[in-house]
Amino acid sequence: MSNNGNPERQALFSYVLRHADDRLILGHRLSEWCGHGPILEEDIATTNIALDILGQAVALLEYASELDPNNRSADELAYTRNDLQFTNLLLCEQPNGDFAGTILRQFFFDAYSYYLFDELKNSADEKLAAIAARSHKEVIYHLRHSSKWVLRLGDGTEESHGRIASALDELLRFTGQMFEMDKTDEILLNKGIAVNLNHLKGKWRETVDRILNEATLGVPDYGIHMPSGSRMGRHSEYLGYILSQMQFLNRAYPGAEW
Amino acid sequence: MVMQVLTKEKILEILHEIKDPEIPAVSIVEMGMVRDVEINGNSVNVIITPTYSGCPAIKVIELDIAMSLKTSGISNFNIRQKLSPPWTTDWMSDETKEKLRKFGIAPPGKTEEMSALDFLEERSPEVRCPYCGSEDTELKSEFSSTACKSMYMCHACSQPFEHFKCH
Repeated sequence: MSNNGNPERQALFSYVLRHADDRLILGHRLSEWCGHGPILEEDIATTNIALDILGQAVALLEYASELDPNNRSADELAYTRNDLQFTNLLLCEQPNGDFAGTILRQFFFDAYSYYLFDELKNSADEKLAAIAARSHKEVIYHLRHSSKWVLRLGDGTEESHGRIASALDELLRFTGQMFEMDKTDEILLNKGIAVNLNHLKGKWRETVDRILNEATLGVPDYGIHMPSGSRMGRHSEYLGYILSQMQFLNRAYPGAEW
Repeated sequence: MVMQVLTKEKILEILHEIKDPEIPAVSIVEMGMVRDVEINGNSVNVIITPTYSGCPAIKVIELDIAMSLKTSGISNFNIRQKLSPPWTTDWMSDETKEKLRKFGIAPPGKTEEMSALDFLEERSPEVRCPYCGSEDTELKSEFSSTACKSMYMCHACSQPFEHFKCH
């Protein structure tokens, strides 16, 4: 089953894989909170969300595996690729920071996921549409959770406001990548399979601006320099550390099962 | 060996005995996870729709189905996951919801179509305490022991309880 000479199939593989990678890496990051949440309810909420996102990653990785020109399984895609072969957003690999940092990262990503899946529900690719329809229902809870926390922290005490304001300074620059379109997006957009990210950007900003404003965090300056290229495999140093932990077992004991 | 002719009803009867691993008060059929059963000669196709992406019970459920069918003498079967349409709590019957309530879980109401920004509005769905029936309840957390439930507190009887989210 080779993709040679079938640019659409190759593009679909890349497209499904990048959205899987976002969720695999962010899900892994979130799971680092397990047992460390600031309160019991948040420990449970964060790990519940991590489970949902990893579940979405699994569904997407299994689909990517079907499309893979190299016939790798979902596990092989997760555990045997090197950092430069991952195409997740830089936002997803950022360290958890404090609780405010984790919440803001999640809020940016949830708002993105919410509108992405909302549109992918109508994708011409049936399988992608089915995964999106199920995932979208889950993301409603995630976005509601992270939005409420942004409001509470931003419009809370001086301490909480200061922390989420610092997180905003740190993380805003990683949001530009969400809406970068490349050849993969273009090929699939023409086929009615992919989402127009320019269109998505407007919706995302509307929601983000509204919540940040209500949280007394002001309107963000989107004109700042935003790094580019994560969909081509350009990453921060952080990804290597995530992979060394996530892939260790399978690298040390290839094919291990239990 | 199969001792009798396979029918869809017979298979559903077997599946009806399989409890949800997370909520043993109800079966996987009552939860709406079993979407269809197809019989082709002496082979059986069971089509299931998982609840949430992150539901860790799905592998256990598939294993339970396989064990139950084998125990009933059916060895030629296939279990297939179907994602579309996505699972919804609207697939639970009123009887199932009553079983949940008796088990101490406030059952889901009817789902409503949510538009883009509705999720940001403070909504107060009427969630009755499954123990005393009071409506004087408060949402404590959107997430609980499983992804499909949220945590509430009843101010009338001071009992914390779980609510099966509308989904």
